[in-house]
Amino acid sequence: MYVAVKGGERAIAQSHELLSQARRGDPSVPELSIAQIRSQMRLAVARVMSEGSLYDEELAALAIKQAAGDLIEAIFLLRAYRTTLPRLADSLPLDTARMRIERRISAAFKDLPGGQVLGPTYDYTQRLLDFSLLEEGAPAAPTQMPNAAPISAPRVSDVLSQQGLLEQSRQSAAASPPADLTRDPILFPAERATRLQNLARGDEGFLLAMGYSTQRGYSTTHPFAGEIRFGAVPVEVFIDELGFAIEVGEVELTECQLINDFEGSATQAPHFTRGYGLAFGHAERKAMAMALCDRALRAAELGESTEQPANNEEFVLSHSDNVEASGFVQHLKLPHYVDFQTNLELLRRLRAEWETAHAARVQPAGHDPAGGAASPDTAALHPGYAEEIAE
Amino acid sequence: MSDFTDRRSVLGLLARSPAELLAERFAALNETPPFTWLRRPETGMVMLRARIGGDGAQFNLGEMTLTRCALRLSGGAVGVGAVRGRSVRQAEVIALCDALLQQAETAPRVQKEVIAPLASAEQARHTLRAAEVAASRVDFFTLVRGED
Repeated sequence: MYVAVKGGERAIAQSHELLSQARRGDPSVPELSIAQIRSQMRLAVARVMSEGSLYDEELAALAIKQAAGDLIEAIFLLRAYRTTLPRLADSLPLDTARMRIERRISAAFKDLPGGQVLGPTYDYTQRLLDFSLLEEGAPAAPTQMPNAAPISAPRVSDVLSQQGLLEQSRQSAAASPPADLTRDPILFPAERATRLQNLARGDEGFLLAMGYSTQRGYSTTHPFAGEIRFGAVPVEVFIDELGFAIEVGEVELTECQLINDFEGSATQAPHFTRGYGLAFGHAERKAMAMALCDRALRAAELGESTEQPANNEEFVLSHSDNVEASGFVQHLKLPHYVDFQTNLELLRRLRAEWETAHAARVQPAGHDPAGGAASPDTAALHPGYAEEIAE
Repeated sequence: MSDFTDRRSVLGLLARSPAELLAERFAALNETPPFTWLRRPETGMVMLRARIGGDGAQFNLGEMTLTRCALRLSGGAVGVGAVRGRSVRQAEVIALCDALLQQAETAPRVQKEVIAPLASAEQARHTLRAAEVAASRVDFFTLVRGED
């Protein structure tokens, strides 16, 4: 129980000033600009947009600056801001096959239609600190391949599912819109669409750990990275005044299609199944972790064992949100004086009762102190041990 | 640049173009027609829908900021602006361009001064990026092990 406390206004105001000062750091060092964060911390911006559940690079960069680089705090700031905006519309479904591809790889097919492009990735770096970055300097301009056209390509999963080897995606029933957990609380068992919305805004670290647990054996699937792609996708919104949909801009997305084994059933021939991940910006680890969790949460649907943590949707979906988790953990810092006082008084009473009972047990009238099961020394050092022996 | 003749693709181009470039081209047009708001600029959010597996049932991915407005020129032409982000000015300029394109007397100049330069700038951006990205195209090959 939390009981309101009063007081501390002046100290809190001073704390805010100290916070601003700490955020700014050494005033002799130039201040960070939002444009710098936006363009040079693009992966941090992507994470804050995904988990803040609002695609707006400028606001995400602002939140990162205000939070002094604490991304979970920045995510909280963005989530709080989004509650102040009205919902104007739902977009038409994003079509990732229309992506203008910046990076696209497959670990399952080396010759996929449209080819593979590595794009900007840390994958093939040696993770040696680059001391040249201690100094400011412009990197060499990338080599250009003349006469190249923008790359767009069908999703690998579409090609494979047409051959019947990969499960076909199920379509939505009728015109009912997908459940929206920003409007309605999550109910279990949750639809796959609801689970994916939860995972899309879920904490990358949590999903990474849950996904990792499935790979280490706390679940039963072995995935292949069927396709990972990153690039810009147009957003279309229906405009009432026009009576048709128009593009209102583009968003950068990372999509991950994982392919998993499925042994088949009495009604279905063996085929590959799929786990799906989609994230704002360039966020491959997040998209992959999301796809691992998505697939693990389909265990019941596919008739697999559901006993591992990653298969437990109530466990995964209830603990994936870092704003909720951070709030509940950090609320412990708030004054709990009345609560604690109650516990303290209870503890004092219990101890008084225990000491009375203990004294009676250690030296009962007419009992030989050396004749017990435990030696007197042990009993003195470990009263709990003595009590266990006595019982 | 005859690709951008229908209203749908023109509005898409205007929304995809960098705000600074759009502002620059609109300033060069030197048109400040009087208008009345049909829908005052408002900033809000669009819930981005995606599809499970890319092609399946819809789910809510997350939201995106959007600013939209609608206006009518004194001649009666109606313009609509809807653009990702929170820039009221950008939405207004898009709506003005859209409205000016609905008037026979101003449409050719807007096409020439705004739409054509934005279209070629976009194409140049995409071509440059494609050339850079395509240079990282990769052909993996599996090695034959010397077992046979």
